[in-house]
Amino acid sequence: MHPVLVTVLQRLALGLATLVAVSIIIFISIEMLPGDFGQIVLGQAATKDTVAAFRAELGLDMPAYLRYFDWIAGVLQGDLGTSFSGRAASGQDRSREVAELIGPRLQNTLFLAGITALISVPLALILGISTALYRNTIYDRSINAATLTTISFPEFFVAYILILFLSSLNQWLPSLANVDASTPLGERLTRIALPALTLTLVIIAHMMRMTRAAIINLLASPYIQMARLSGASRTEVIVKHALPNAWAPIATVIAFNLAYLVVGVVVVEVVFVYPGIGQLMVDAVTTRDIPVVQGCALIFAVTYILLNLIADIIGIITNPRLLHPK
Amino acid sequence: MSEDIQTYSATAESGNVHERRSRWAKIKLAARKSPYTARFGITVILTYVLVALLAPLLAPYGEAQVFPAPYEPWSSTHFFGTDQIGRDIFSRMIYGARNTVGIAVATTLLSFLIGGSLGLAAAIDRRWIDQIFSRSVDVLMAIPSLIFALVLLSIFGSTVLNLIIIIAVLDATRVFRLTRSVAVNVVVMDYVEAAKLRGEGLGWVMRREILPNILPPLIAEFGLRFCFVFLTIAALSFLGVGIQPPTADWGSMVRENANLLQFAQYDLRAGLTPLLPAAAIALLTVAVNFVVDWFLHKTSGLRDEQ
Repeated sequence: MHPVLVTVLQRLALGLATLVAVSIIIFISIEMLPGDFGQIVLGQAATKDTVAAFRAELGLDMPAYLRYFDWIAGVLQGDLGTSFSGRAASGQDRSREVAELIGPRLQNTLFLAGITALISVPLALILGISTALYRNTIYDRSINAATLTTISFPEFFVAYILILFLSSLNQWLPSLANVDASTPLGERLTRIALPALTLTLVIIAHMMRMTRAAIINLLASPYIQMARLSGASRTEVIVKHALPNAWAPIATVIAFNLAYLVVGVVVVEVVFVYPGIGQLMVDAVTTRDIPVVQGCALIFAVTYILLNLIADIIGIITNPRLLHPK
Repeated sequence: MSEDIQTYSATAESGNVHERRSRWAKIKLAARKSPYTARFGITVILTYVLVALLAPLLAPYGEAQVFPAPYEPWSSTHFFGTDQIGRDIFSRMIYGARNTVGIAVATTLLSFLIGGSLGLAAAIDRRWIDQIFSRSVDVLMAIPSLIFALVLLSIFGSTVLNLIIIIAVLDATRVFRLTRSVAVNVVVMDYVEAAKLRGEGLGWVMRREILPNILPPLIAEFGLRFCFVFLTIAALSFLGVGIQPPTADWGSMVRENANLLQFAQYDLRAGLTPLLPAAAIALLTVAVNFVVDWFLHKTSGLRDEQ
């Protein structure tokens, strides 16, 4: 078998193992709850019978490993369990399915993350390549200083500064991103303009700096010197000679940053009251609605692991050294 | 260096080979040659430390003292106005330096204690300790730490102690990785072997033989980890699941006063109020980054790519 294929398969197996381990950790979280949490969820007025019925519904009378297989089989079929909220002491059950809660919100989050990626990735590449081209000029330095600053700022600071200037002092863009299924696309895009802009500012810095560093790193190599001596122009050297070899580190850092987007989205959704999965998770944490927290955490973790896995595999496939092993 | 020499001279320095500079002289020399960004960073950090230590003396009012008028504008009695239930924002900003920064420092210290000692142990004993810790760290790092922290906080509840322990454990994974990777290069040195043959225990080898040799990268990492922990705690508090009221904390103060932003067109100062605690967070992060940059530059001998 080809050595690259072996490495890729190894990475995939490792990724799968990580996914299983992560699912176990998230599952165990419900084990660590204090013993009387049934009482807490249902309220002080709940009778012993209701609490016992609730525990039976969660399967707390079965051994843990059986419950894990039950849970994971449900998850694989898209059943994430039932929310804790909406349960009353009387035993009346108005709770909703977690999958039903998450579904539409997941679409919103993916929409926001997708739009952000569409804006930020090309922009980061253009900025990275152009700063490498005009290295040590005022343009390069100011872009560098600006990106360094946005890296050190908390997301909510960037978000509120944008709100202050673009929404409060000048009413150009709405500061609330409350969309629902019936919002038309154009309206939807205006409403998510500010959240998308915030996320772009947060993740663009790292991508742009890595692109710049990867290209500058290559510019020192002898073959670039050769290309220069042969009379190629600056742009030609960078675009035709340096860039093809820089794709691997750039692709890796892009995937890592898209994975970071998964986390950044939580804070930004809360700032702009955007009905996404991040906001749902924060609300669930406040009310300690464990099944919803588990469902959201699982989705975030799986996305994060998959994106990192893709980054790894791109890094392996595009690395010429691995194609010709010693 | 004798006392009468006021200025630094390179020729005198190199001519006087045997003279060994005292630690204080080295610090003074480094400070004189430091770039302005590092000076700015150090000044900001020292100011924050002073404010945090002297908070009760500096703050005009108590941390949770409530005045009858909520959302009071900026005035001489209430320097930055009052918040949604009538607490003095200026005083809360000052106490916030103590609470927010203090909790972040405690968390970073704890994470270095855990991650550092486990990392050293794993580097020395490459058999099962290394395998167990490295594999579990791999798994822990596969989950984004903010998400993991949210899961754990929902289970254990948001108290300050839980917050410190949870963030410290999650952050210790990265400290572990760094410590282990730096320490494995030192562990194979002959003097470590000599110490082991001398019969020194694991604790001695860790503390006296290896730690001094891996300190510079760890100190730089401390600064960066502090920034990360500080931002994570601020984000969690902002989300309402971190430091709980009535404790004055910058993250939650931003959230509580965010409504004031919409009045910016009528009174700019009101619009700026929620940005003040956020700016305090950002300023400290930038300052620490500047100092870490300078420190890395000095200890690694790394030069900017030209």
